[in-house]
Amino acid sequence: MFSHDKLLFAGILTVGLLAAPASAFDFGRPATPAEIKLWDIDVGPDGKGLPDGSGTAVQGKQVFADNCAACHGDNGQGGIKDRLAGGQGTLASNAPVKTVGSFWPYATTLFDYIHRAMPYPTPGSLSTEETYAVTAYILSLNGIIPADGKVDKDSLPKIRMPNRDGFVPQPEFDPAKLFRRK
Amino acid sequence: MGVAASEVARAETLADVPDRAPGADLSAHSERSRFAKLDRIPEATPGKRNVDPGDAINSKTPHQKLVGNITPTDLHYERSHSGVPDIDPAQHRLLVHGMVQKPLVFSLDDLKRMPSVTRIVFIECTGNGWENWKKADPDLTVQNTHGLVSTNEWTGVPLKFLVDLVAKDKGSTWMLAEGGDGAGVDRSIPLTEEIVNEAFVAYGQNGEPLRPAHGFPMRLVMPGFEGNLNIKWLRRLKFGNAPWMTRWETARYTQLLANGKARQFQLRMETNSVITQPSGMMQIQPGYNRISGLAWSGHGKIAKVEISTDGAQTWKQAQLAQPVLSKAQVRFQMDWVWDGKPTRIVSRSTDEQGNAQPDRQTFIAAMGTNALFHYNAQQTWSIDDAGRVRNVLA
Repeated sequence: MFSHDKLLFAGILTVGLLAAPASAFDFGRPATPAEIKLWDIDVGPDGKGLPDGSGTAVQGKQVFADNCAACHGDNGQGGIKDRLAGGQGTLASNAPVKTVGSFWPYATTLFDYIHRAMPYPTPGSLSTEETYAVTAYILSLNGIIPADGKVDKDSLPKIRMPNRDGFVPQPEFDPAKLFRRK
Repeated sequence: MGVAASEVARAETLADVPDRAPGADLSAHSERSRFAKLDRIPEATPGKRNVDPGDAINSKTPHQKLVGNITPTDLHYERSHSGVPDIDPAQHRLLVHGMVQKPLVFSLDDLKRMPSVTRIVFIECTGNGWENWKKADPDLTVQNTHGLVSTNEWTGVPLKFLVDLVAKDKGSTWMLAEGGDGAGVDRSIPLTEEIVNEAFVAYGQNGEPLRPAHGFPMRLVMPGFEGNLNIKWLRRLKFGNAPWMTRWETARYTQLLANGKARQFQLRMETNSVITQPSGMMQIQPGYNRISGLAWSGHGKIAKVEISTDGAQTWKQAQLAQPVLSKAQVRFQMDWVWDGKPTRIVSRSTDEQGNAQPDRQTFIAAMGTNALFHYNAQQTWSIDDAGRVRNVLA
């Protein structure tokens, strides 16, 4: 049945390609630039996708107390959910502690994840400024930026996280080699 | 069967069997027999079972009570990262954009009008098997140790078809898939030939609409690849030319090795198998026993399953239940006469690519004990002289 479907499907595709571009199929509707902008929230390690704005660790301390400490504990430790600070130097031990400071390779990921998924009960409820601020605060808790530090779309991708070189890609899907022309 | 005796009086003679009589009225949908107790087990973290559902992060398939190759829809394992959204398909949309010539928005109705594929594949949480990383709790059932893999028939639209509709740029080699759940779970997916040819956006599950826990109204199905890539409640596919390094592929689902480095983009699920009958917390009798279990591989079809009933000293090939499908679980079985002496039973599978399931020592030597994910070492069950089956490390 599956192979039959595959044949049928291949046939449809072939006919489509011969007769007209595949886009000639009348499926869906064009996405407007405005609505793409509304949903296009992802942030890459190069900082692409980061919005304008900025936040300081000092501001972030209050945002964290109001929105994050209930689950992650004061200062990002001792809460019921993931520990966010400390743990550096433990990864090769029998009791590794994986935190933003000890494990995460990119600071951009922190902004992206807070923005899309946090706070857990009301994801997306923090403003851009608040998201930058709490990102800065968590980085400062880990000693990655100073306690009076500030982050924005230019500085965040330039931060070198302590465990940046701690990852070894599985050879089969190594991004550096996977699609290299032979 | 090695299951607990029913509390109800058994029919000792044929005279004890209740008379026939007219049964219940027919209904809009059939329920499972009230005598068949089949439940998943919600779990918080390894070792924290039967928790308040509000604290659970996954719910495991009762493999010890199932037969055949397919997992019943309501018993397919679930791993959700921010609960199960209650999505009205009339208000759900899939945006496909990025490095494409024609960014498009699709509704569920749009997908259902397109050419479809139907395929039976397993989906496995990368955390499946994590119970036995460091030690073996003797009280675990196979539901506890291996309940995070299930096999269903999925129906949907080939990724290739969507790729052609939006006219993806040739230079786009990676795709971001994003869910419509509270966590907005997102993963970067390399557009290898295999993935472009095999991935699909599913709206059907075992012949019906997806269940909400499994991604209603639409999810990505990635045959053979780690569960977290099979994005549920799919609402966005974005094409690009490099991975996004999301939280899920950096801080989670990366394998911490003994030297402190972590393996990243370990996307394919490995060759695996487990004996489900008899398994943890069951009791068997001397004499004839049938050993049965499940085998699967993210590399393709299972080629053979071997079973040892003497603690991995000698091996015998098991029968495989047909059809054996690529990247789907297959049931295996073997006759066994137990002599009543304490022993250990274990299975090992080999797939069509020649990948063999490793024994535990080999596996731990390669991965250490901090990796947490992709545990596929051979599972050993011990049997004592009273016939009690328990979870042990080999």
